[in-house]
Amino acid sequence: MSTVKLTYREAVRAALRHALATDERVFLMGEDVGGYGGAFAVSLGLLDEFGPERVRNAPLSESGFVGAGIGAALGGMRPIVEVMTINFSLLALDQVVNNAATLRYMSGGQMSVPLVVRMATGGGRQMAAQHEHSLEAWYAHIPGIKALAPATVEDARGMLLAALQEQDPVFIFEHALLYPLEDEIDEEPRPVDIAHAAVRREGSDVTVVTYGGSLGKCLAAASQLEEEHGLAAEVVDLRTLRPLDLDTLLASLAKTHRAVIVDEGWKTGGLAGEVSAQIMEQGFDLLDWPVQRVCGAEVPMPYAKHLEEAALPSAERVVAAVTGMAF
Amino acid sequence: MSPPSGQARSRAGTARPPALEREHSLHLLREMLRIRRFEECAAEQYSLTKIRGFLHLYIGEEAVGVGVMQALTPDDAVVATYREHGQALARGLPAASLMAEMFGKADGCSRGHGGSMHFFDVSRRFYGGNAIVGGGLPIAVGLALADRLLGRTRVTACFFGDGAVAEGEFHESLNLAALWQLPVLFACENNQYAMGTSILQELAQPDIHLRAESYGIPAEAVDGMDVIAVEAAARRAAEAVRSGTGPHFLELRTYRFRAHSMADPDLYRTKDEIEHWKERDPIVLFEARLRKAKLLMDDDLAAIEADIAAELDEAIAAAEAAPLEPVEDLTKDVYTPSAQTAAPG
Repeated sequence: MSTVKLTYREAVRAALRHALATDERVFLMGEDVGGYGGAFAVSLGLLDEFGPERVRNAPLSESGFVGAGIGAALGGMRPIVEVMTINFSLLALDQVVNNAATLRYMSGGQMSVPLVVRMATGGGRQMAAQHEHSLEAWYAHIPGIKALAPATVEDARGMLLAALQEQDPVFIFEHALLYPLEDEIDEEPRPVDIAHAAVRREGSDVTVVTYGGSLGKCLAAASQLEEEHGLAAEVVDLRTLRPLDLDTLLASLAKTHRAVIVDEGWKTGGLAGEVSAQIMEQGFDLLDWPVQRVCGAEVPMPYAKHLEEAALPSAERVVAAVTGMAF
Repeated sequence: MSPPSGQARSRAGTARPPALEREHSLHLLREMLRIRRFEECAAEQYSLTKIRGFLHLYIGEEAVGVGVMQALTPDDAVVATYREHGQALARGLPAASLMAEMFGKADGCSRGHGGSMHFFDVSRRFYGGNAIVGGGLPIAVGLALADRLLGRTRVTACFFGDGAVAEGEFHESLNLAALWQLPVLFACENNQYAMGTSILQELAQPDIHLRAESYGIPAEAVDGMDVIAVEAAARRAAEAVRSGTGPHFLELRTYRFRAHSMADPDLYRTKDEIEHWKERDPIVLFEARLRKAKLLMDDDLAAIEADIAAELDEAIAAAEAAPLEPVEDLTKDVYTPSAQTAAPG
């Protein structure tokens, strides 16, 4: 197989280009996706290739254009809606919860809403408290939608293509720090499996569960644990936040008997808590130690660099959570 | 409360109002009466606790739903509100499927998942039954966008109330529809109250059509108690939308004779005001007009009433007899089964 070196940003763009080129029903809609090329330069150049009808700049009306995406999906299109950041997506939550996730059920199964919504999430760029939160857990809370968090270049491209094959709304959370990430991947754009979590590093002493922007930190922590503490950490990337693939986690726990969950979101009522509860419900007998969580600090994201770093999970905090366990 | 402005301005289109002709007139009267009797029946079934949840009656507003629906073809789409029994009936959803829905039965138009506020029928392009005020407008914009992108000449009629005008989604949607020149017919049912608050206490600019004009959308205020005026305005607007001149907006001035919902003690309106509007009952007015024009005889009315009574008796009997959705299917329709493709638009 021939490969190509792409950044995460280019991988999303490659998926967009592939979808636009191969399916007439697909169009991209969002703030500044046209001439500006998207706030994170993901759609750069696509306006020239596909024109303003299919690479459609929308005004600053998150509820309006997410709702229009729902309507267009009902009307037979395959809209991809880009929302600039997850904080801004809150303006569209009415359409997400009350319509996108609900219309199929509320109509007694008469319709599907094949809508894809992409947005940037996560902290680490000193954008402070109205741009940088990790609110994926709120979306993962909603029955009727699927929630994906690509952590690798391959998933950035393949998950978008997989999302376009779904009949129901799919939300894709792209951690903004990942856009420059580079990797060598298969040249051919193909959808990837979105039903399963992935073991990104094998180990037998502890399972580190994470997703999205925290994967790199967890892999760094695993290296440090091996080099400095002689501990073999298995790193599991959840990939899909709803529905959760618990089988992969339980299979890992059957080897390691210990789990740390790493999530940038706030700890209270968050995704790490949900994963922890499901492990407890379905894998209690596998555990030799209480499940640990390394989460974002319970503060609105601060601006100053040292404070922001303190508010986010780090490899050091993951290492500390593991070494605090008795082995 | 100012009386409805009545006289429609005709710059939205050139289509002429249909001449008062017997067969069509009796059809309009029958449709309005069907809604009135259906709603009376629903209220009774609510009192008998066969219907639960919220129940919002359309009594008084029949001319709006019936009049607008005359301008639509089966290919057009309808997005409605939670006070949508009238639109659903006028769009052709069978009374029995609506009654079964409110009885919470599997034969209901939404399989008992929606109830009174969430009637759906995709085969008739009836997209709800939406109970978030203003929430249906962006969906209508999207349905129209799909038609534009797929090169289809269809109209999406979007019903909403005066309360929706204060919502951000109203403004976002009007802006999008005007900006992209989408084929949406915005039909504002101005019944003067957002639940229990008068539009005079709620809207800085209560002449709602002026707000649409500020987006460059051709708009007119129409006497929503006059079914002929509503139909004429809707035909003008729908024809203009269909001809590709972008969205059009109708402010249909009407009044609900009953309380907001069955749970509403109606403490915020005076009896005088309600009586004043009841003098303009759209059915009574139209009946009188037809009698005067010798288009309606006592026998006609008796036959229409008998037909409707029989239809509603059957609807209730069918709803009573209909099966319940099995509890095992509780989560069935949350996601689309993987082999199934999305319903065509």
